Amino acid sequence: MLLNEYGEDGQILAGGQSLMPTLNMRLSNPQLLIDINHLHELNSITLDDNIVRIGALARHSELALSPIIDMYLPLIADAIPHVAHIAVRNRGTFGGSVALADPAAELPACVLALGGTVVLQSVKGIRKVKADDYFLGLYETERKPNELLIEVQIPVQDLTGLWAFVELSQRKGDYAIAGLAFIGTSEKQFIKTAKLVYFGSEIKPTLAKKTMAILINTRWDDNTRKLIAETLGRDLDPMTNLQGSAKMKLHLQKVLTNRAIDLALKREKPSR
Amino acid sequence: MANKTTPLTILDRPNSYIGRSLSREGAKRAVAGRGRYTDDISLPRMLHAAFVRSPYAHAKILAVNVDEARQQPEVTLVMTGTELQELCTGPWIGTLSSFEGMKSAPQYPMAIGRACWQGEPIVMVVASSRAAAEDAAEFVTIEYEQLPVVADKETALDPECPIIHPELGDNLAFRKVIDNGDVKQGLADADIVIEETFQFGRHTAVSLETRALLADYEPTDGHLTIYTSSQVPHMIQAVFARTLGVAEHKVRIIAPDIGGSFGLKIHTYGDEVATTAASIKLGRPVKFIADRLESFLTDIHARENRVWGRIGVSKEGEIKSLEIDVRSAAGAYSQFPRTSVFEANQILNITGGPYKHKNYKAKTEVVYLNKVPTSQYRAVGHPIGNSVGEALVDQAAEACGIDPLEMRRRNIMEDDQYPRVSAAGIKLQDMSHQQCLEALAKHMDYENLRVEQDKFRKKGIQRGIGIAAFIKGTAPGPAGYYGTGGAPIASQDACTIKLEPSGGVICMIGVTDQGQGVDTVMCQIAASVLGLRAESVRVIEGDTDAVPYGGGTYASRATAIGGEATYQASLLLRKEILSIAGTLLQAEPITLDIVDENVVNKSDNQIRISVSEIGRIGHFQVAELPNNIQPTLSVTYRYRLHDALYIFTNGIQGAYVEVDIDTGFIKLLNHWVVEDCGRVISPQLADEQVRGGCVQGIGGALYEECVYNEAAQLQNGTLADYLTPMAGEMPDINVYHIQTPTSVSELGAKGVGESGTGAAPAVLMNAVNDALRPFDACVTKQPMTPETVLASLGTV
Repeated sequence: MLLNEYGEDGQILAGGQSLMPTLNMRLSNPQLLIDINHLHELNSITLDDNIVRIGALARHSELALSPIIDMYLPLIADAIPHVAHIAVRNRGTFGGSVALADPAAELPACVLALGGTVVLQSVKGIRKVKADDYFLGLYETERKPNELLIEVQIPVQDLTGLWAFVELSQRKGDYAIAGLAFIGTSEKQFIKTAKLVYFGSEIKPTLAKKTMAILINTRWDDNTRKLIAETLGRDLDPMTNLQGSAKMKLHLQKVLTNRAIDLALKREKPSR
Repeated sequence: MANKTTPLTILDRPNSYIGRSLSREGAKRAVAGRGRYTDDISLPRMLHAAFVRSPYAHAKILAVNVDEARQQPEVTLVMTGTELQELCTGPWIGTLSSFEGMKSAPQYPMAIGRACWQGEPIVMVVASSRAAAEDAAEFVTIEYEQLPVVADKETALDPECPIIHPELGDNLAFRKVIDNGDVKQGLADADIVIEETFQFGRHTAVSLETRALLADYEPTDGHLTIYTSSQVPHMIQAVFARTLGVAEHKVRIIAPDIGGSFGLKIHTYGDEVATTAASIKLGRPVKFIADRLESFLTDIHARENRVWGRIGVSKEGEIKSLEIDVRSAAGAYSQFPRTSVFEANQILNITGGPYKHKNYKAKTEVVYLNKVPTSQYRAVGHPIGNSVGEALVDQAAEACGIDPLEMRRRNIMEDDQYPRVSAAGIKLQDMSHQQCLEALAKHMDYENLRVEQDKFRKKGIQRGIGIAAFIKGTAPGPAGYYGTGGAPIASQDACTIKLEPSGGVICMIGVTDQGQGVDTVMCQIAASVLGLRAESVRVIEGDTDAVPYGGGTYASRATAIGGEATYQASLLLRKEILSIAGTLLQAEPITLDIVDENVVNKSDNQIRISVSEIGRIGHFQVAELPNNIQPTLSVTYRYRLHDALYIFTNGIQGAYVEVDIDTGFIKLLNHWVVEDCGRVISPQLADEQVRGGCVQGIGGALYEECVYNEAAQLQNGTLADYLTPMAGEMPDINVYHIQTPTSVSELGAKGVGESGTGAAPAVLMNAVNDALRPFDACVTKQPMTPETVLASLGTV
């Protein structure tokens, strides 16, 4: 209701780990803050017919401790320790991270890699948006100013499959300079499918479609490594900023791609 | 212990607190959250100041409209730079006569007519809360005309470069040349000559507690009380009183608990003077607390230097000559009253300082830029001078095929050859390079570490070992720069110590504590000399109404200067206590001693009278004493250095790192420091100073930089973008002390607060380059970010 009335002049306050600093620095000047912290129905993490439903108010630290996340979404379990510091994880929310879509954030990349669905509610009702259609640009998403992100639904991971979460930041807990969420399938060290979502370097979590195509039904050898190093530059368009040049970020993403796939294959489950 | 045969003193007795680690005074209070910092102090009718600052690095101020701001709710005062000028006795000029030929333009606390750096205060808004003041500040409108910006130190002296202050003729603040020995001959005698250029990024102190000031003027009697997070209360008293036309003796400066200072808080800042002026004008207390963005924009910056260096060595590794040329970046004005040229001056003084060479030529030009003023920050100049000198020594060693540790062994000054004068002309004495080097080799297990490094290298893991010897100027004396140069900064320090009727001792000191434990150290000294328990001694510091006039704490002077004052004052009080005891007991004072709170017979330790009894009689029952004895039981002693410029210390650091060749990331594996701060009073506090100092040095070497663009706009004004070192990335830091007491005092303590910071960047750069050696890559730029490392490898 309030969101509908105030539109862009109203701001949702969840964990406040991004919003409060911008208010403090007078970078953001909303007419109204809408505190949703008392909406306890939004902080559950449940498993429902092979879909993990993460409420918008679930705190990062709750994800870290959740047996459901640990068991069914190991990619996210691996990503959480990279999300800022413990104090931030205690307050910051999963929904807030996906709603804000910070280009350096870990969780939007995971949602995209895992084929999640974002659930948005407004006075008109509920609509579901696939992650592929949700992240539009720099801090730009499909969410309308009058919509509240209430939940993210993520299909459980293929637990026989490949996954790896890697990122580089100069100090533990910093915004990532470069990072990658990798999901795939394999058989006896032979990659069958691969999904690569890059963050940190790009304006939004970015699927590397050309590189992913190369990895389909391929052996992970020097030739493939060379091919993806050549191709990745056509998928990515890194931003130059204080953390480094576009050129360096592309280089780091190539290094991380190798490391992520190495790591995933190293823990490949023996085939049944 | 002491490696020189010095006679045993009262400090060497078995019950002495010297060399023992007491828990730090105030630590429990801070940990319990009961610390009282300036911002914790609230006074009745208190107001808050916020500032409108220049968004441009250089702009003419065409019009300032404050009418709307004045009408905002809760606003008491809106003051422009011009209005503030009328309350000031005159402008500041940040020069010292000790720097010959130095020049700087006059400056007022807030900009008038023109802003010369981004963040320069232009309008002050005072309201009943900080939030209300900030809200109202948004209604101040200022019309600017942007002016050409001088942002790059490299081109600041070019003829076509705009001149920031036309009346100065150019952008040059200071030029200095040292030319000792015969560099030409040295180069001719050298078999190998190495040249390199080094870049050092601009960075700042980032204290946890930001700058803070609460001014409280009492119009009925003209007394001004200022609570402020300052290292130098008496300097603040003098500068603020003189600037605002208040009698100095009517100004009381109180420095309460302080959350870090690092040299940042030995300076005077325009916004703090403006806040004080507001209190005088309104007759109400006014508080200003810098927020983090303001801190990045307006705290002094430091370290922005480019240094060219050249070293000539013989095949055997003997240093024949050393030359440096330093282009040093200041801000738009020289910082008042300590100037912005110390950093360059210290680089010239200390580069190559541990070594025996005779031929040294060093030159610097300090230039003005449209940036925030620079000035003294922990280990002034040393991180740069040490990085340059030690990198050149390493490169020379490599060219000669000599191990870096051996290279230093061949060139460092011998322990038995003091006093002597360094190639830079610095008088050195009581130093121990050789002992420190051999101790480092032992503690690092140097030979085996090299073996381990090789093993990893064969596995494709690149680890590097760095060595950096250093000297460090501590505890400047009156022959130095400030007092002689005309700044109102005491070049001595003092202790007033008194015995109370209860037998407790009050010890008031001119040096100050910022959390490093200065008060604990003074307590240990006084209690040891007086034969009292530590809990019987209370130390008071940081209040100009209470303590004797002093210089405060900076340049690692607190223990070296303030400690000796406390030591000598305590000796005099002890003498009086024993003299009164002798009279009462009809004994010769020389036959008496004080042990564990009692006067005892020296011969058999038999208790004769308690110190508290002396206190009681000395104050309440004076009639028991003969008429010709009037106890004072209160002593003030002042101590200063005589001939020395500084008390120089020395040491050596070692570092072990791993460089990820693919990503350019540097992992710190281990760190060692062997240093000689003379007599160690509290081993724990000394170690903490060295460790914390190393971490601060590591910050500059790896992470910290105030990044400006071509328009001299700061790009990283938050702690998310400006990276400070954090515990997670820091290595273990192993600290060892060689103790060569300084011969200039009886206490024998030298400074210890900056030794870590001074050489950590040097040892890290050498370690990183040692790791990169197989790739023929060399990093010469700090901070050594991943991109810097990858660039040196030719990857990006």
